[in-house]
Amino acid sequence: MGCSMSLDLKKRRERRNLVLLGLLISFVVLFFVITIVKLGGNVANRPL
Amino acid sequence: MSEIQLDYRADKAEEITDVADYWALLKPRVMQLVILTALVGMIRAGSEMHPVLAFTALLCISVGAGASGALNMWFDADIDRIMTRTANRPVASGRMRAGDALAFGLFLSVASVLMLGLTVSWFGAAALAFTIFFYAVIYTMWLKRATSQNIVIGGLAGALPPLVAWLSVTDSFAWEPLVLVAIIFMWTPAHFWALALYKDEDYRRANVPMLPVVHGRAHTKHQIVFYAATLLPLSLMPTFMGWAGIAYGVVALVTSCWFFWSCFRLYGVAGEVEVRRAKKAFGVSIIYLFAIFFALLVDGLFHVA
Repeated sequence: MGCSMSLDLKKRRERRNLVLLGLLISFVVLFFVITIVKLGGNVANRPL
Repeated sequence: MSEIQLDYRADKAEEITDVADYWALLKPRVMQLVILTALVGMIRAGSEMHPVLAFTALLCISVGAGASGALNMWFDADIDRIMTRTANRPVASGRMRAGDALAFGLFLSVASVLMLGLTVSWFGAAALAFTIFFYAVIYTMWLKRATSQNIVIGGLAGALPPLVAWLSVTDSFAWEPLVLVAIIFMWTPAHFWALALYKDEDYRRANVPMLPVVHGRAHTKHQIVFYAATLLPLSLMPTFMGWAGIAYGVVALVTSCWFFWSCFRLYGVAGEVEVRRAKKAFGVSIIYLFAIFFALLVDGLFHVA
């Protein structure tokens, strides 16, 4: 009983961590894309 | 002894909080409606905003709505626990600690407003912040337990997403989104009072002054029919004002009559039949709002194209 309970808790914790990881990666990608969109072609118009 | 027990319960609540409970905290079904109505506001604004930024705005508005849902469940856990409809919510059922729900709601509120401001529009972000504040503080903490007009005034928070979306993508004010806000605003009382007619015992036990509890069933039915009747001219406004086409007008006319009829049928019945018809009116109200906004969305897409 105690063993199956802890296994269940472990699964839930793993799932929570995986979802957090997925969300974190999604946000990094979203902010990267937003940055590219906001920069647009202007990134080429800078003094080198 | 009692301290040890409390500590144990707190630890357990943290351990068994599942991802699904965090998801439930966002009120995903309400969020569907927020996404649709905000999308309509966005499309009707006809802005040429980049799709990525438009998606970001929609995401922020949805998350902001979810955050206010989480704050609502944190504050209302005591009455949610008493009502059958809400007893299984994460905080009310004890699967989540109240503090976790509060932290989650506050974090998402701040994050959604900041992200909308930094990436899309500070005008829209201010409107989103006001919407969250209105729902979490004005409605949840004040009106809900104070007056039988709670959902009439509080309904403004649920009605604002099209305006927030419009302000976000255009960065300017216009009258058209106010018509969309007015449609949802006038729809909300009829929708919730139909529910309250068959869940009145829940509200009575929880001491929430919903209209049937305070003023009785007959008065509630008059009010439901009144608000449903106002939706008939209001939902036709976009066609009358030339913002939407005839096809939308036909959908609005037919569904408004259907919704009005489902509310009108509450007159002169009691007991089982009344409960059945109230449930029907509640169901029709949901289909009605989805139909109206879906028709506006399709109409808007053709206009934009």
